[in-house]
Amino acid sequence: MKKPLIPLAVLAVLAVLPFSGLSTYMMHILILVLMWTTIGMSWNLLGGYCGQVSFGHAAYFGVGAYTAGLLYFKLQASAWWGIPLSVAVVSVFAFVLGYIVLKLRGPFFALATLASGEVLRITTENWNGFTNGTLGILIQERTWVAKTQYYYIILAITAFTFLLVRRLVASKWGYYFVAVREDQDAAESLGIDTTKYKTIALVVSAALTGICGAFYTNYMGFIDPHIVFALHDISIITIMIVMVGGVATQWGPLVGAGIMVLLAEWIRSIPGLGASHQAFFGVLLVLIILFLPNGIVGDFRKITRLFGRARA
Amino acid sequence: MSESLLQVKNAYKFFGGLAAVTDVSFEIRKGEILALIGPNGAGKTTVFNVVNGFYKPSRGEVWFKGRNISGLKPHKICRMGMARTFQVVKPLQRMSVLDNVVASAFLRAESREKAVEIAEETLKFTGLYEDRDVISKGLPLGKRKRLEIARALATQPELLLLDESFAGLNPAELDESIGIIRRIKERGITIFIIEHHMKVIMAISDRIVVINYGQKIAEGSPEEIQANPAVVEAYLGEDHHA
Ligand SMILES: Nc1ncnc2c1ncn2[C@@H]1O[C@H](COP(=O)(O)OP(=O)(O)OP(=O)(O)O)[C@@H](O)[C@H]1O
Ligand SMILES: [Mg+2]
Repeated sequence: MKKPLIPLAVLAVLAVLPFSGLSTYMMHILILVLMWTTIGMSWNLLGGYCGQVSFGHAAYFGVGAYTAGLLYFKLQASAWWGIPLSVAVVSVFAFVLGYIVLKLRGPFFALATLASGEVLRITTENWNGFTNGTLGILIQERTWVAKTQYYYIILAITAFTFLLVRRLVASKWGYYFVAVREDQDAAESLGIDTTKYKTIALVVSAALTGICGAFYTNYMGFIDPHIVFALHDISIITIMIVMVGGVATQWGPLVGAGIMVLLAEWIRSIPGLGASHQAFFGVLLVLIILFLPNGIVGDFRKITRLFGRARA
Repeated sequence: MSESLLQVKNAYKFFGGLAAVTDVSFEIRKGEILALIGPNGAGKTTVFNVVNGFYKPSRGEVWFKGRNISGLKPHKICRMGMARTFQVVKPLQRMSVLDNVVASAFLRAESREKAVEIAEETLKFTGLYEDRDVISKGLPLGKRKRLEIARALATQPELLLLDESFAGLNPAELDESIGIIRRIKERGITIFIIEHHMKVIMAISDRIVVINYGQKIAEGSPEEIQANPAVVEAYLGEDHHA
């Protein structure tokens, strides 16, 4: 198949899936997979292509989620306006944060992003007057009862993100992002304003993640600081999804998100195991790092070769 | 005499208590090849770093094309028309040879097509075109050194800084690189080169600046430098220790 046709084919399959009589539960799973794919692709732009490993994507997810939530809670507006508005709010937020954290390199950057997510969680928890604190925000009247509409909205967001990341990566910006990842000093000496391009990668990555946060508020109908600013359930899971699927690959986030969501649901359904799915993720991640350091998509040739040998 | 392109004026660079560069002044004229030589640890690379903006001079100034560039960031200085190579090569490891050069060609290219065109032309010029699809991590050292040159050239500089681009090359590669340098000069690009190979230096440079312990100890034509007692002393001194 010709390469540009693959995304179209995948999109076509995803677009007709709801017509195949899937249960509400299956639709829910698919919505989660698409949402995580989008978060993964966003993270990948900054962490995978630009090499700035963020441990704090929950910050952008949470700010996006609260933008939508507070619109409803404070201004009695539709939380759906949170999707366009979150782009602006999260971009400004990421720009300001980037000014501080992007001066740091490597592990210091990672730690600073981690701290930023945690600081936001704690702030949101305690700023009762503005955020309703740990009580969270409940959207009283849901837009739709069925899942189908939500599915198409997140599918549109995912497709948009996929196209945007793909175009960026093939452009001058994409080359500059990768150059920054490979060697910041070399990049500077080639005339690349490394601070500027790291900021661009961060802001775009954050804004896309923020859209997912705003979608989440609308879809789930309830948010609280513990959920949307979660270090383990959002920031870390995002990294795992991309690492399992394949860092700096086009399809890695989709593959990683599919595996992670299905695995989580499957383990949750086993009595007695419950919330221990995170331990399984951890084990899976260690195995991936050991045997498929480029993730399932990045090391796909290696996998097919292994299976080829097994059959021979 | 031709116009001056770069002036270093009483530059100092301190690392804590260590004075790596002390009161160094010199100029580079348009179109020439100026060599910077000196024993190991003399401060040559530090001079480069001060010139291309990696370090702001602790004291003194650097002027390029009539503008004081001390304290400007390297990417700004590169945009003004100065490119460099690194002594310890810094290829963009997981990018192909072509993509390394495309990334730098984007500085002067509006489109990706134009960047690829500049990059391919540069790779042909430096004899790396056959290796364009190789992931640069896998290149042998000689070619990695040449990739440094190709990448710097793709930014279309007026002044090119070469930091030991010949070190560790075998004689065949050495000849090839000398040829490349000569052809770069023919294109009208001014060259500032750090080199240990005396034969290479004497063969290609128009003028030579010698530093030792961070200080300039001599400046002149290759003949003058070869006859200069202070230079002979500096190098002999080094040999005795070695
Ligand atoms: N970033 C740094 N921090 C501290 N000291 C440094 C730094 N860079 C260089 N130096 C010191 O400054 C002095 C000059 O180093 P420099 O690398 O400029 O020498 P060089 O002439 O290029 O030597 P070589 O021929 O070995 O490349 C050395 O003593 C070196 O240890
Ligand atoms: Mg040196």
